[in-house]
Amino acid sequence: MSRKKTNNLNMPNTQQLEDLTTQVRRDILRMVHKVNSGHPGGSLGCAEFFVALYSEIMDRKDHFDMDGIGEDLFFLSNGHISPVYYSVLARTGYFSVDELNTFRLINSRLQGHPTTHEGLPGIRIASGSLGQGMSVAIGAAQAKKLNGDQHLVYSLHGDGELQEGQNWEAIMYASAKKVDNLISTIDLNGKQIDGATDDVLPMGSIRAKFEAFGWTVIDIEEGNKIEAILKGMAEAKAETGKGKPVCVLLKTMMGNGVDFMMHTHAWHGKAPNDEQLESALAQNAETLGDY
Amino acid sequence: MKTYTYTEKKDTRSGFGAGLTELGRTNPNVVALCADLIGSLKMDQFIKENPERFFQVGIAEANMMGIAAGLTIGGKIPFTGTFANFSTGRVYDQIRQSIAYSGKNVKICASHAGLTLGEDGATHQILEDIGLMKMLPGMTVINTCDYNQTKAATIAIADHEGPVYLRFGRPAVPVFTPENQKFEIGKAIKLTEGTDVTIVATGHLVWEALEASKVLHEKGISVEVINIHTIKPLDEKAILESVAKTGCVVTAEEHNFLGGLGESVARTLALHNPTPQEFVATNDTFGESGTPAQLMEKYGLNSASIVEKVQTVIGRK
Repeated sequence: MSRKKTNNLNMPNTQQLEDLTTQVRRDILRMVHKVNSGHPGGSLGCAEFFVALYSEIMDRKDHFDMDGIGEDLFFLSNGHISPVYYSVLARTGYFSVDELNTFRLINSRLQGHPTTHEGLPGIRIASGSLGQGMSVAIGAAQAKKLNGDQHLVYSLHGDGELQEGQNWEAIMYASAKKVDNLISTIDLNGKQIDGATDDVLPMGSIRAKFEAFGWTVIDIEEGNKIEAILKGMAEAKAETGKGKPVCVLLKTMMGNGVDFMMHTHAWHGKAPNDEQLESALAQNAETLGDY
Repeated sequence: MKTYTYTEKKDTRSGFGAGLTELGRTNPNVVALCADLIGSLKMDQFIKENPERFFQVGIAEANMMGIAAGLTIGGKIPFTGTFANFSTGRVYDQIRQSIAYSGKNVKICASHAGLTLGEDGATHQILEDIGLMKMLPGMTVINTCDYNQTKAATIAIADHEGPVYLRFGRPAVPVFTPENQKFEIGKAIKLTEGTDVTIVATGHLVWEALEASKVLHEKGISVEVINIHTIKPLDEKAILESVAKTGCVVTAEEHNFLGGLGESVARTLALHNPTPQEFVATNDTFGESGTPAQLMEKYGLNSASIVEKVQTVIGRK
């Protein structure tokens, strides 16, 4: 499978992307169900974003190499949503879709949280212990500048993850050092393991905080709509190269696409049972073939 | 007995600065990061010559480790610089996940290790860093003994693919190793030949071991001194060969006896050739304020302590 984009940003085939998203949801559900562990909620919430990012937004090379010179890079900071990451990597050509079968099993390259340790193509840093990804993305962005590489660095972070202090070291640094080839997206689903972020540790206005630290902030209100994501990310991309890092506030629904997983934090780190899987899959009809 | 002399005392961290400066001239991929301690790490000259390859991160060590990991993704060879405490314990999780587990080519360069920050006291000293770093899979751990060796090690680690912890101290210590030496990671250096006892030392305790060997020689005790600049991977062969001849060993380091060089040597001996061993190291304690010389004496990290432990260990043969 080629990893080259099939469409350009002006004329995306959104139906194709919707179909891919539905299949990614099925992958996520089947993966966590099989091993009765993993994090479906946040994974489902970010399915559209990952599909848009890897299918349309990022400029990627045909082959994977660790340095990623001459292409856009992505870093997942909230590594627990590995199911959506693995599914999209597989379905955009980094490794065989069959390998999704091995998620969280012994001797698998698909560890519970993503790692470079087992040499899975597409992964450039381990994540799972939260709060580290933005620093890494900044380093990669600065390496691009040193290399005269005009490509961009993307990262994704949970909103609850912003409670980790290292983020704020990184946020302060990125604007001070004018890391303007970085687009960090915050998955604003308002939920973390113990409940609503506003109950666990209210963070106030994340927009105001990023702006106060000198970032350009873009909102994507409909973060589970492909077209809204494409539009918002194009806007974010247009803001790069202007002396400021760019933050995208992506409003998503945890558990999106499965009625009983939405509107609750209960599915943050819980797998569906047989009956629940059947119901969830029924809500997401097969489009591209299961693995 | 081969004797060693020195012509001057210099700080090992200046050896790091000189090595980094040379790398700046010879290896375009080398970049440096510092968390508000440029002067302490002697990074000034590198920065002067390569401003675009230097990243001042401010007082934010966790971010520094993450940025260093990110810079490798693009082929850079980052050298991070801060005190040993803030290079290890403060950022253990960042080093563990973003550097060691991720297999990133980051060189963690740590000054003011052990008690040598003296008057600043325990918050700025660290006696656990060797243990913390050697427990990380894939991490190479180096502790150099003088200016020349630190410079040589700094240059050598740039060519070694993978994460490295390079540890050095603050005070000026005798320069006794050759100026243009070749530094081989993982290769112990036998400094004196002897038959009665092996002293395996690291860092500036190597000089103290040489001083102790002179005193012991006068007492009729023949000492083999081995300089272990690389604690991981440990040159087990060199240690076992020496101990096969001498039958006992004293390890010497400016570190807690838990987790340090002595423990690595003890494991090697336990597996291959159980042998009486004594430890010159701190005894599971934090440090305190005082001049470095006072602290070395109080915590028994000097030639006098080595002499004492040698006499004890020989009695256990």
